[in-house]
Amino acid sequence: MRRLLSGNQALARGAWKAGVRVAAGYPGTPSTEILETLAPMPGVYAEWSPNEKVAFDVAVGAAYAGARSMVVMKHVGLNVAADSLFYAAITGLEAGMVVVVADDPGMHSSQGEQDTRRYAKFARVPCLEPTDSQEAKDLVGAAFELSEQFDTPVLLRMTTRISHAYSVVEVDAERQGPPACEPGTYRIDPAKYVMVPANARQRNPIMEERIRRLAAFAETSALNRVEMGDRRLGIVANGIAYQYAREVFPAASFLRLGMSYPLPAQRIADFARQVERLIVVEELDPFIEEEIRLLGIPCEGKSIFPLEGELSPETVRESAIAAGLLPAASRPARVTPELTALPARPPILCPGCPHRGVFSIARKLKLVVNGDIGCYTLGFLPPLGAVHSCGCMGASVGVAHGVRKAGIAQRNMAVIGDSTFFHSGIPALLNTVYNRSATITVILDNRTTAMTGHQQHPGTGLTLQQQPTHATAIEPLVRALGIAHVAIIDPYDTAVVESTLKAFMALDEPSVIIAQRPCALLPEARRAYRPLRIDASKCIACGACRRVACPAIRLSDEVYAKNNRQKSAIDPLLCTGCEICAQVCPVNAILFRAQLDGEQGGAA
Amino acid sequence: MKAMTLNVVLAGVGGQGTLLAADIMALVGLAQGLDVKKSEVHGMAQRGGSVISHVRWGARVHSPLIAPGEVDLLIAFERLEALRYAGLLRPDGVLLVNDYRIVPVTVTSGDGRYPDAEEEEAALSDAGVRRYLIPAMRIAQEVGQARVNNVVMLGAASALGDVPVSIWRDVISERVPERFVALNERAFAAGREWMERERH
Repeated sequence: MRRLLSGNQALARGAWKAGVRVAAGYPGTPSTEILETLAPMPGVYAEWSPNEKVAFDVAVGAAYAGARSMVVMKHVGLNVAADSLFYAAITGLEAGMVVVVADDPGMHSSQGEQDTRRYAKFARVPCLEPTDSQEAKDLVGAAFELSEQFDTPVLLRMTTRISHAYSVVEVDAERQGPPACEPGTYRIDPAKYVMVPANARQRNPIMEERIRRLAAFAETSALNRVEMGDRRLGIVANGIAYQYAREVFPAASFLRLGMSYPLPAQRIADFARQVERLIVVEELDPFIEEEIRLLGIPCEGKSIFPLEGELSPETVRESAIAAGLLPAASRPARVTPELTALPARPPILCPGCPHRGVFSIARKLKLVVNGDIGCYTLGFLPPLGAVHSCGCMGASVGVAHGVRKAGIAQRNMAVIGDSTFFHSGIPALLNTVYNRSATITVILDNRTTAMTGHQQHPGTGLTLQQQPTHATAIEPLVRALGIAHVAIIDPYDTAVVESTLKAFMALDEPSVIIAQRPCALLPEARRAYRPLRIDASKCIACGACRRVACPAIRLSDEVYAKNNRQKSAIDPLLCTGCEICAQVCPVNAILFRAQLDGEQGGAA
Repeated sequence: MKAMTLNVVLAGVGGQGTLLAADIMALVGLAQGLDVKKSEVHGMAQRGGSVISHVRWGARVHSPLIAPGEVDLLIAFERLEALRYAGLLRPDGVLLVNDYRIVPVTVTSGDGRYPDAEEEEAALSDAGVRRYLIPAMRIAQEVGQARVNNVVMLGAASALGDVPVSIWRDVISERVPERFVALNERAFAAGREWMERERH
């Protein structure tokens, strides 16, 4: 049956078909939907682990135990899990293990661009790359076979435009009985699996020999394919870049690399000999280009195409025109509306977002805020402007501690979400106790992993497969770490946010504020929506409510005569009734829920 | 083969139902037995920001992204977003705009200005864009609920092509939750009717 599937959905189906038994990961755009699609399928165990390193070890354990396993993460997740990738590459496994890593060229939802193929070469593991959803499905199966044939973890590299683009996939309901995957006794083999130096020295040459054998395999593998066309231009391409190149150079000859590491040296040399000009079209690093140059074969790549950012049919075409590969006439005519600069529409904290209460007070108290990865990073945007650093998952608390140790004129604090706290915030918080800094850590506990679309985590009481489980409470955990000053507050109550922050700012010991309020998009929060209203006769158009940066607050058509400025209005379709704006209004023009209820009562 | 490919961009604001509309558009391509690709972005890009989706149908489609100047049809669910992406259209391309404004926070906080109708009109007509300004929000309210303005827009778009209505209706009834099928069917029919009257 033909179905329209995203690369992520197709990959999950492919993994299921290939008989994957255990899968683990941590949510991260653009990879999240892979495990979400796999989790409800029969005969599969799938979990959200607290972080990518744990997830990686879970998958290794399953593969050591003889079950086909998969670990899924975004590109920066592999930095967290890198230690595990390297030992798994040395030990090998008892059953196939596929490491799915989704890169984010163009940084749609990431703190940086990283080319995961570098890890493949670094760790001596093969790397496969699909060009559409059908291949995402098919390549997982190929990856499991490769993993078992060569006794190695196999990287399957996705990118945003493969993960989140939909294309036609032939879907079947058949699940393979995976070879060599019968559950049984744990096979004891210390020389292979206990990586003390003496054993690791024995394993190292096996790993190096393995990658040479994989290069030989690549010479004849159907994963790589030559499509001969016009011989004046030969294009080596992989992943989504192949699709763009096919679009822009419909007549050229192609060497399409389904396996981007290791490369088939002989096949590339043969292809190069048959074409007049050899170019490489690849997203991000000149990875294939460098490998081809190392073979002594001249080629062009990043001298033509951009090194940074996401490619597109447009960038590929424009680069080709600039390099003289295509005539300028190949550029499509387009309409060019003459417009003055349009106002931007950046992503923003949602109406009713509980983080808004903390950030509006942090700004008021002029705190330096060391932030973390999650929706709350958006607190950096004006007019809130209340997040001043954000690097990677879990960095906030360590950075805030370092800032305190260096000493600054202002007071600073760390903010970290609940899921991020469980991911990698705990050791850093332990450090503020052990090494005694007066770091204030605000844990924005909205009971979910919000940014990636509301995934469960160790604090929610449900697993990825919707099984009830222990919900780890944050307060006893931080107390057990040795934090003596802990406050649990409602971030919607800005007076309490302010008084608590002020009290903790005066301490010279580490403290934790748990700002507890479910994400405004969760069903339990939605049920309590109650749009507020502004009493226009009271509004003095001061703009205080607009500085809390809520999309539900609009400019009214009505003007306040004394300052000739537009008054504020509230969009009833967007307002959730969190009352943060009502609390900052200096003239009480914004009616609280209780006041609205009173009004209704009076009317009835 | 190139001429047979239909390139559609759908643009709106996070929460407006842009991605659902794109889904329906893509599935209509699939139901015709064509090769289909659709591209969209999730995650941080979606939080109330501007949302765009590319949909392509044809005998063989390679890229999921459409290059500027190759868009046949731009369906915009909000007037500012229509302006933002109008430059993607090919010279004889068609722009469908929902007559609806969502003022971005950048404007509310005094950091920019929402273009008025005259500026908008001038910019688009100078460029020769064929535009239909569709009261989809009003039509949606008339058929029962503002939320289905996205399907009103699809109904209007359907009247510009020759895909049998039955295909559209089948896809919509499969794609939306069962209890909303009738509502969405009314929205689709009303949008289509609006466009048929407009072009008469």
